[in-house]
Amino acid sequence: MLTINKLKASIGDSEILKGLDLTIGPGEVHAIMGPNGSGKSTLASVLAGREDYAVTGGKVDFLGMELLEMDATARARSGLFLAFQYPVEIPGVSNINFMRAALNGKRAHEGLEPIAGKAFLELVKEKASLVELDGRLRNRSVNEGFSGGEKKRNEIFQMAMLEPKLAVLDETDSGLDIDALRIVANGVNSMRSPERSFLVITHYQRLLDYIVPDFVHVLVDGRIVRTGGKELALELEERGYDWIKEAVTS
Amino acid sequence: MAYDGKDKVLEEVTAKAYEFGFTTDIESDKAPAGLNEDIIRMISAKKNEPDWMLKTRLEAFEVWKTMEEPEWPHLSYTQPDYQAMSYYAAPKQKKKLNSLDEVDPELLRTMDKLGISMEEQKRLSGVAVDFVMDSVSVATSFKAKLGELGIIFCSMSDAVQEHPELIKKYMGSVVPTRDNFFSALNAAVFTDGSFCYIPKGVKCPMELSTYFRINESGTGQFERTLVVADVGSYVSYLEGCTAPQRDENQLHAAVVELVALDNAEIKYSTVQNWYPGDADGKGGIFNFVTKRGICHTRAKISWTQVETGSAVTWKYPSCILKGDYSVGEFYSVAVTNNAQQADTGTKMIHIGRNTHSTIISKGISSGRSQNSYRGLVQIMPSAENARNFSQCDSLLMTDTSGAHTFPYIEVKNPSAKVEHEATTSKIGEDQIFYCLQRGIDAEQAISLIVNGYAKDVLNQLPMEFAVEAQKLLAISLEGSVG
Repeated sequence: MLTINKLKASIGDSEILKGLDLTIGPGEVHAIMGPNGSGKSTLASVLAGREDYAVTGGKVDFLGMELLEMDATARARSGLFLAFQYPVEIPGVSNINFMRAALNGKRAHEGLEPIAGKAFLELVKEKASLVELDGRLRNRSVNEGFSGGEKKRNEIFQMAMLEPKLAVLDETDSGLDIDALRIVANGVNSMRSPERSFLVITHYQRLLDYIVPDFVHVLVDGRIVRTGGKELALELEERGYDWIKEAVTS
Repeated sequence: MAYDGKDKVLEEVTAKAYEFGFTTDIESDKAPAGLNEDIIRMISAKKNEPDWMLKTRLEAFEVWKTMEEPEWPHLSYTQPDYQAMSYYAAPKQKKKLNSLDEVDPELLRTMDKLGISMEEQKRLSGVAVDFVMDSVSVATSFKAKLGELGIIFCSMSDAVQEHPELIKKYMGSVVPTRDNFFSALNAAVFTDGSFCYIPKGVKCPMELSTYFRINESGTGQFERTLVVADVGSYVSYLEGCTAPQRDENQLHAAVVELVALDNAEIKYSTVQNWYPGDADGKGGIFNFVTKRGICHTRAKISWTQVETGSAVTWKYPSCILKGDYSVGEFYSVAVTNNAQQADTGTKMIHIGRNTHSTIISKGISSGRSQNSYRGLVQIMPSAENARNFSQCDSLLMTDTSGAHTFPYIEVKNPSAKVEHEATTSKIGEDQIFYCLQRGIDAEQAISLIVNGYAKDVLNQLPMEFAVEAQKLLAISLEGSVG
């Protein structure tokens, strides 16, 4: 699915990712944890093709394609989805129209005709029910005036609509109360399949109680320094990151 | 390439002009450069005008001579040499094209994007087709229907001949000759325009569009439009079209007057896409327009404009809220790109009691362009309980473009309530990236974001116009964000 090989990226003069390696197989759920400033969100941005970051080394293979050679739109249309940590508001553009443009962009990429109105609305209804996104939120401007929880649910709704092959969830749990967290996690879990992989970036073990990962990686100072099963998340929760940092530096 | 979207149409105008005794020699039908009494007498004579019209023109010329071109707008351009221009030319018959292959491909590309049908593309670009005949018949049946209702919709030239009492009564009643430099010039030398009268209690059943009238009269350099809605009537009037329009005349100084009598409503929508010049603004049109309406008791005037063209725009569609309980509205989207400059806005003059006005202005600046909103909200001492709400937003697409807001508020009645909101923002890289990440390409992303931003205004346009206007915004901003 995804193979990251010695990825280096910087913003301005500071190098954030310093040779990161990671391989994600089909159907796998990987969690990335790490202290603030370790490069978690940078990794998500670089994978999605944000141009603020300069990639200074390494390779990323996504489904046999050179991901770093593709622009952000092409990456998305090829099946890479990023659930944003801070979903963006677009005033005056209805959520529905936004999704239709997105879906039809992907369909065009696949050589398909734009989706018919009725089929689209049925799809919206079906996918919105996964995250309990009611009609009011569907028709409002994209994320405008949404609460933190509503924004995150909207991200998962969009993910469900676009049915990506790889979904990167960037701190999707931040700012969520326990009920919203459960709704979001249920939405994600309902989409797990042998063909779809997830990269879940989080600070806290809590989310991983709901979205159970196959692998947990610890990112420190731009590199993955430890990999384990879901029990590693529990250990981090208990002991913090310092012991790993010390183990790395010594 | 000198292009005017109405060649075929102009041909008909020329044909019509012959009725008034024009010679067939095109060159001899062009007045010598310069403006003086003789030229004005010539224009009036060519148009076979009655004496009173000539007298009005000559008076306007006397007034114009005493006036100076305004320098207060936030615009920088070389003032035209008014004595170097020719003020009268019979519409030229341009070279007729045989197929779309002969049309500027850039123009066709734009029309494709606007979703203009092949037949329509041919018509607009002057390719000879039978369609024009169809268009004439459409216009004819359309006229018959209006005639049954007593609605008058004709060229200003015809109106001067056929409805002198209405023209004498209303022309210049809202925009007097001495209002400003350009209105005085227009009053002296206007060549044609549109006249529309809706009788008492009649709701005009269709949108009146110059588009239909184009068969009779090309858009002149000094256009004059007068719309009179009699007591209790309603009309929606559309001006302009989304297809790019080029013209050999650099200066356009039009005057539009609206009169809404008691309980009448006029909705006036404009889409302006005059040639903006090349990337440096060279060759673009100067558009200096005076538009104003007067509302009598419980009358309503609503101006909606989408301005994307011209090198320089100077335009303030305004409402005089004279009658009690009258309502004025102004909805505007002004887009400037490359080296374009726009200084546009509105004036809401509250005179009557309980008068209301709403101003929604959305400026979008790209390239190196300068885009200014200039507005006046004036509450006169007599305007008890007047209300105004103004919202002026500016969106910057580039670091090199400028957005300016000059709101003037004068309140002379303590019961007035005036609200003004203004924002300036740069188009969000975050918003664009969010769209890209969802698989939307950059061009469409900008189109979505800009149309969302301008939605409050676009919603005011009649449906079909709105769809075209949305596409036009996207095209006007192509290549704005790299």
